[in-house]
This record gives sequence, structure tokens and C-alpha cells, in this order.
Amino acid sequence: MKARVSVGHELMRRKNAVFFTISRRFIRVWQRNWSVYRKTWKVSFLPPLFEPLFYLLAFGIGLSSFVGELSYRGFQVSYISFIAPALIAVNIMYNAFFENTYTSFVRMYYQKNFDAMLATPLSLEEIITGEIMWGATKSVIATAIMQSVISLLGFIHYPQGVLILPLSFLGGFAFGSFGMFITSIMPNIEIFNIPVFLFITPMFLFSETFFPINHLPDWVQKLSLLFPLTHLVRITRSLSFGLLDSGLLWNLAYLLIFSLIFFPLALLKMHSRLIK
Amino acid sequence: MCGRIDDPKGKSRVEYVIEAENLRKVFNNFVAVDGISFQVYPGECFGILGPNGAGKTSTIRMIYGFSPITSGKLRVFGLDITQKWRKIRARVGVCQQDNNLDADLNVRENLEIFAQYFNISRKQARGKAQSLLKFIALEHRQDDEVINLSGGMKRRLVLARALINDPDLLILDEPTTGLDPQSRHQVWDRLRELRSKKGLSILLTTHYMEEASQLCDRLIIMDHGRILVEGKPADLIRHHVGHVVIEVDDPSPKLRIFVQNHNLKHEDLGHRLIIYGQNQDSGRLFQEIDDQFVNENCILRMATLEDVFLKLTGRELRE
Ligand SMILES: Nc1ncnc2c1ncn2[C@@H]1O[C@H](COP(=O)(O)OP(=O)(O)O)[C@@H](O)[C@H]1O
Ligand SMILES: [Mg+2]
Repeated sequence: MKARVSVGHELMRRKNAVFFTISRRFIRVWQRNWSVYRKTWKVSFLPPLFEPLFYLLAFGIGLSSFVGELSYRGFQVSYISFIAPALIAVNIMYNAFFENTYTSFVRMYYQKNFDAMLATPLSLEEIITGEIMWGATKSVIATAIMQSVISLLGFIHYPQGVLILPLSFLGGFAFGSFGMFITSIMPNIEIFNIPVFLFITPMFLFSETFFPINHLPDWVQKLSLLFPLTHLVRITRSLSFGLLDSGLLWNLAYLLIFSLIFFPLALLKMHSRLIK
Repeated sequence: MCGRIDDPKGKSRVEYVIEAENLRKVFNNFVAVDGISFQVYPGECFGILGPNGAGKTSTIRMIYGFSPITSGKLRVFGLDITQKWRKIRARVGVCQQDNNLDADLNVRENLEIFAQYFNISRKQARGKAQSLLKFIALEHRQDDEVINLSGGMKRRLVLARALINDPDLLILDEPTTGLDPQSRHQVWDRLRELRSKKGLSILLTTHYMEEASQLCDRLIIMDHGRILVEGKPADLIRHHVGHVVIEVDDPSPKLRIFVQNHNLKHEDLGHRLIIYGQNQDSGRLFQEIDDQFVNENCILRMATLEDVFLKLTGRELRE
């Protein structure tokens, strides 16, 4: 366990050096969640399998007769192929975010799993990192399942589409870190409704998911660019259409910066919540 | 203070398992542990006794590096807790106050997956889990979900889980609180068996005096974050209470005068008088009191740790 990153040297000195360490041991926490997942995989993999089908049926077929074709970055695309990649992006967001909010909260608060782990050689930072990595992994699993379905229907262009899988890990990491940050400041589980209603639902609707944003009011467009989901949708959609260009690096950079803000923030806030 | 003591023969040097010096824990402005010092020797079963809120849990949480110390010095296995917490935790087994078993896993998985947190290989973990399940007599329930276990079984499983890394120090926070007498005795049996194991030291907190008398070689009694006394259970009883206790319900004024005149160590609770008999003559004293001053409800019994505890920490209710 030599690879070590220390977060917040100053805090570390002040708080007696204990716990501000991350080593590869976080994998143990990930493994625990993976073991639990394997017990219920037969149920867990059903939603990402069927949800895209429901959406494609309702929006793609139900709505497309009203919408017809639309133009995206100079291309004429069918409505159903416009929303198919967005469904993947939304799923990436949902899987990591909900794993690291409700489910992590249950493990932390009700099951006291973190307390038990803190009596082993694991640091709190490793526990939280393991949880976020697991959230990202769930995004990858869901993406793999969903992408297979959507690919079979012919909406994803390959080989560019292959990149959606590693992208789902980054996206999952970003939304998982954000979710974990929310978890660290939530007094109880009911209040999660508020961040969902404030952030997740608006993102779901206004991140260029179901319609292009260029004819929306200017301020909505600007706000939309602040949403990490907008950037995730743009990359996913471009990859699905087989468009790989340097403009995507900006979207990628945004997701990276978002992660680099919320991941340490989640660690710090969790530390002050749990280490007393 | 150095981290070693000479053993009686002066041949080898033995380290303290735990060495706390002026240890403090402050939450915001509340002092939970107020500068305590004590040492635990290898192979010893050491007890921390005290009423609710005395600071027992706060103390042991610092010892296994769960919560940072506010000030003072704390060494475990001769290692500084603020620096070597990971090494220390690898050699410690902890039963926390709540049964925080993993509700998503069954009985066997609770042990096997916990072993992975210590970097114990899967194969080794499987073997250890089986022998520990045997030790706590839960082999037949190994595939059950933990929510289906009784309170006593959960407690035993928590104990087994704390042993998964073959610890040199076992820390138990109120191991039998909330258990029925049968389950409690089962846990005690397991602990007694462990106590005789070579090289294992045990630190336990409790507010059951019987538990402390039965299990602890040495103990401290804490209250309000401070240590009131330290010693062996029998010594503490002899020193603070004596050999026997005479309890008289509804004592008459005459008896009170008798007790005053004879300078007997006692405690007057109003409706009850507790007289501490210091020596072997207490039997005769009891006869005298029983014959002359009391009609009924006069009891002579052996002094216990509970008498010491109540005498030192007072009788008023906590929390
Ligand atoms: N995290 C905390 N924040 C503030 N006060 C605390 C905290 N933990 C414990 N205390 C207080 O410290 C005192 C000692 O608690 P504790 O060590 O749990 O006592 P015991 O285990 O002896 O019952 C109590 O008054 C308790 O309320
Ligand atoms: Mg306690």
C-alpha cells in the first residue's frame, strides 16, 4: 500500500494526523458492495434493461410523430435517435447519484457500516472513496446493459460508441462525488427530496436531454451549461452519432473539474460529520 | 514515562499494551474524558466501569483510533495512536457498543467480508470464519440473514467478527448490555475461554458489576470523565467497603445512635441503613443489631463491587 495521496495537509496536522490517508485499500469497500450486488444482480439489472425501452417507446415512438426530425449540429436526426444517447447519460447520473445518496446514507446512518469499518485498518477517506468508486461502477454496469439494448436497436455508431463505457465511469464518479457530498450534509433521509428536486430533476429536463436548448431563453441556456449532465449528454450524443471532435474536450474538462471539486469536498464533509 | 516495564525476573522487557497519560477528549466545549492515566499489561483483562455518560466509550474510541485524542499521550502496543493508527487497528479487535453487523450480508459473509478489510485472503477468511462460527456455536445459522438472529446471537457474532484478525487486544464496549441472563452467561463463557488464551489482552467497559468481578483482573471506575479508583476487584472491595454489608430497612433512631457510637462505617439512605463490616467480627455485629434493634428486614451479605461503585459514584439516577 505505497500509493498514498494526502488530502488537506493542514487539516491533517491539526487533527492529529489520524485518518487523512487514502491508499488502495479503498478497494475493500468496493468489494463489499460488489459482493452485496452479486447477491441481487438478477433484480438489479432489470431496470437498466427495461427503462430505456419504456422511454424509447413513450417518447421515441409516441412523441416522434409530432416532432419528426430535428437538426443537431448540422445533422438531420430522428427524434428517437436524439434521445437514445441522452437516456444513457441520465442513467449514468441516476445510478451513481442514488447509490451515493440514499443507499450510502442507509449504510452510513442506519446500518452503521462505516462505524464497523473504522475499527479495521481502513481510513474514513478510503471508505468514502470506495463508496464513490462503487457508485461509478454501478453507472458503468447500467450503461453496459442499456447500451447493449440501444445498440441492438441501431442507435449507436461504432467504434466511437465504445468510448461511452469509460465515459460512464467518469460521469458516475462526478455524480457519485456530488451525491456523497449531499449525503455528508443531510440530517436525515427524507430531506434528500430537496436536492433531487433542486438539482436532479432540472438536470433531467434541461440538459439537452429531450430537446435542443438553443431556442430556450438565454439565461436557461447559460444555466444549462452549468449542469454537468449537459456536458455528459453532449459527449454521449456525439459518440453515439460517431462525431469525435476536439470540442468534446471542453465537456470532458468540465466533468473533470466538477469531480475535482466535489470529491475532496465529500471527503472533507464526511470527515467532519463522522470523525468526532 | 517509558513504554516498558521490567518483568519480575528482570530477564526480558514487556511492553504495556495500552499506556494512557493525561488523556483528554473534548467535544466542542464538553469535556468527556478529563485527563486520565492508566496502563494495561499484556495478557490482562482490564475493565473500565462507570455510570452512563462517564466517558467509557469516548475513552476506548480513542484507543482504537476511531476518534482523535484532544490532548495527552496514548500508546497502544508501544505505538503512538496519532501516527500508527493503521498498524494498531490491524492488531485490535473491537466490539462496538451497538451491534453494527452488516445487514446486507448473511452470518458467514459478515465474517468473511470483514476479514477482507484486514487484507486477509479469501481462502484464509473462509477457514477463520468456520472456526469462529464453531467457537460461538452459530455454525448451523451461517446462511441466515443477520436480522433473523436473536440479540444474544448477534452479540456472539459481533464477538466472532472482532476476532477475525487474531487480535492481540480485544476491546469490548458493554458486551452484554441488553442481553438476557442465558445469553450473558454464554458471552462470559466465551470471554473466559479467550482470557486464558496466551497473549490476548482484553479491555472491556461495563456497568454490570458482576461482569467486572467475574472477568477483570484489574479495573478503573470512572465518573464525569475522571478516574475515581484503580485496582483489583477484591482489593477495591476490601479497601472501600470491607468484608460484609448489613442492610437494615426502616432503621430505628436507636440503631442510628448505636451506629454513631460504635463509629461504624455506614451510609444512611433514610428508609435504609447500610453498614459496612470491616472485619471478621461482623457476624457478631449483625447478631447484635438483629437482636436488639430490628424486627424484620435485616440482611447480612458479602460486600460486592456494586457497593464500591455506588459508594463512589453516588446513588442518584444518571441520564
Ligand atoms: N460526539 C459527541 N458529541 C458531543 N458529546 C458527546 C459525543 N459523544 C459523547 N458525548 C458526551 O460525552 C459524555 C461521555 O459519553 P460516553 O463516552 O459515551 O459515556 P459512556 O460510554 O461512559 O456512557 C456523555 O455526556 C456524552 O453525551
Ligand atoms: Mg458507552
